[in-house]
Amino acid sequence: MNLSFSQEYQQFREEVRAFLTENWSATDVAANPVVDELKRGLGGGTRTDARATEFRRAAAAKGYLYRHVPRAYGGGEQTPDALKATIIADEFHAAKAPFEISNQGPAMLVPTLLAHGNEKQKKEFIEKTLLGHIRWCQGYSEPGAGSDLAALRTSGVLDGDEWVVNGQKIWTSNAADADMMFALIRTEPDAPKHEGITYMLLDMKTPGLDVRPLRQMDGQAHFNEVFFDDVRVPRNSIVGERGNGWKVSRSTLKAERALIGNASMLRRTLEGTVALAQLTEVRGRKAIEDPVVREKLADLDARVCAAEFNGYRLLTAGHRGQDPGLAGLVTKLYASQLSYDIAMMALEISSDRGLLGQGEPAAPFDGMMMGSFYGAFMLALGGGAPNIQRNVIGERGLGLPRDLRK
Amino acid sequence: MDFGLSEDQLLLQDAIRKVLEAECPTTRVRTIMESDDAHDTDLWQTLAELGLPALPIPEEYGGAGLEILDLALAAEGLGFCCTPGPFLGNALGSVALTASENSAAKTTWLPKIAAGAAIATYALGEKIGEWEASSLAVRATGGSLYGEKPLVPFAEIADLMIVGAVDNREPDLFLVERGAANMTIRTLLGSDGTRRLATVHFDGTPAVKLGGGLAAINRTRDTALVLLAADAYGGATRCLEMTRDYTLIREQFGQTIAHFQGIKHQLADLATDLVPTCSLWWYAAHAIDHIQDRAAHTAALAKARVTDLFDETARKGIELHGGIGFTWEHDIHLWVRRSLFDRAFFGEASYHRARAAGLRGW
Repeated sequence: MNLSFSQEYQQFREEVRAFLTENWSATDVAANPVVDELKRGLGGGTRTDARATEFRRAAAAKGYLYRHVPRAYGGGEQTPDALKATIIADEFHAAKAPFEISNQGPAMLVPTLLAHGNEKQKKEFIEKTLLGHIRWCQGYSEPGAGSDLAALRTSGVLDGDEWVVNGQKIWTSNAADADMMFALIRTEPDAPKHEGITYMLLDMKTPGLDVRPLRQMDGQAHFNEVFFDDVRVPRNSIVGERGNGWKVSRSTLKAERALIGNASMLRRTLEGTVALAQLTEVRGRKAIEDPVVREKLADLDARVCAAEFNGYRLLTAGHRGQDPGLAGLVTKLYASQLSYDIAMMALEISSDRGLLGQGEPAAPFDGMMMGSFYGAFMLALGGGAPNIQRNVIGERGLGLPRDLRK
Repeated sequence: MDFGLSEDQLLLQDAIRKVLEAECPTTRVRTIMESDDAHDTDLWQTLAELGLPALPIPEEYGGAGLEILDLALAAEGLGFCCTPGPFLGNALGSVALTASENSAAKTTWLPKIAAGAAIATYALGEKIGEWEASSLAVRATGGSLYGEKPLVPFAEIADLMIVGAVDNREPDLFLVERGAANMTIRTLLGSDGTRRLATVHFDGTPAVKLGGGLAAINRTRDTALVLLAADAYGGATRCLEMTRDYTLIREQFGQTIAHFQGIKHQLADLATDLVPTCSLWWYAAHAIDHIQDRAAHTAALAKARVTDLFDETARKGIELHGGIGFTWEHDIHLWVRRSLFDRAFFGEASYHRARAAGLRGW
């Protein structure tokens, strides 16, 4: 075990700082739409304009961003090193500089293309995705295929050099803003359920493709329904072999679990909640001075620390080529429950002002904590609802018998 | 960067588990805990042959010269097997003595402890719920100790006791030998039969000042918190495994009860909370030797979080066993009792969470 910030790491931190000083100036920071650093943990924005792109390219070239992606495709191409990754995240965060884009494209599509895509697809999509120039949505769930994803029915029929796609997807995050969709389409109707699916890349501007927003409980429309009516997709727009899409998608789902289990997101949310407790005065004293609040925050801190250190353990296991077992399987359920508990803590600290909505100036932090409250539901439900996670943990992790499935 | 166990550490873990499963099954655990002093010299010899007492002692004193993490891995194994005996107090006494400045005392005692020929224990807390050096009231005057330590593990069988006391207003460590004059030891009725506690009263008891002061006391305190967390993690893991195994053989309504999603999901939830905390006590143990400014904070969080989960896992484990889980005959209550010790000794969870909040600078 070795986690110490040795000379090598101190020097690395200096290098990162020097790079940031040189490449991301006070003017750049001032142009950053993220105005209040304390609020950032409870919800924030991402810049993808020309200046941010120039910066991300330079940072990737130095090996600071997208460290797991080869240089040929715009990544940093570095061996995994959790300490360096932590230093980079800390320093970029402190400098308020653009960081890795953490939505479905870089987090889910890119690992899939790296594992299963052909050279043309890798060249065409990866770098633009990493820079936020191609925005992706994920076309997996359907009205009749949620937890039982492989029951999906949206069909693709080959007609000459094109697939003709018909059907419907639902719960499609960011579909209204996305340029492209990676989707699971049933192309072999007579094959067994898991063997008839193809992983397909679709341009969202294709005629016949219709996006309708779904209004959520928080009033926003992050999710959408997507309808396909004779949508024609070029024959070569599939990743991996025809009928092999289920297997191809597995690497994406694995990547999603890692994304959703991200401990640094939990840390930022907890830091935001602590800052809220330090600033909010309730019944004549700062919330942070209340022993009950302190103890609850410390318990959340213990749980976030466990998530962070478990992340180090998973990275090390990956580096050593070992299967981390339960330590890997539990991360998504663990993080989604913890993020809900942190959000509830922020609401409790807000006292009766916790009934005010996001953006209301009369609420502590303008009600920003509502973002993490609603966000916790998305975290819990995206990529497999909690009870599906419990099945996976019970069956694959603890060796319990499989549920009855048809 | 590497956050995993070394080959040697994995071998140590494996050896402890194998030897204890063969040499100290729960039938022997019960015999020992129902004996007069809850100590079996043959078992202690077995642990000494495994090298456990030698782990934290420097090589120059005949020890293995290893780290707190190695010691914590041993504690995890003993928690997993619910092993009775003086491991914890002996480890803390060794760590405290090693951290002290008295080389004569070290030369006399550390080689014996490392060889399993002498057993140490550690006496710190006094007033209810207070485990800080600043709260000590036992005082040293002219080479003698005065006052009382209410909760000392295995004081009756210990050859030497390392005692936290105040000398001229400064907290420091003192060494008291077995059978010292003007010392009375009263064995207590504890919940956990595997770790016997006693109250030790000093009324002019001869003691040797060890030096090391606050730093040695704090290092030993953090070590205690980590060892209790590791013991709790081992115990909780065993409760989870034991319960899982039971649900795989117990049949009701025509199938093993593991087929019921309600049971599967409850076990999954316990695993989801518990498994990531392994990294929490690993980190805290590692921090004591390598990342000093994170040690006190993470040790406090680990102790609070993992002992809470040991309690929860043991309790839900009993519920999932049904009526059989509440019988004396079934083994699971041995771990329930062990969890009561782990959560209370060196202070309860909420005390350490309050400390952790302060250590964070909140």
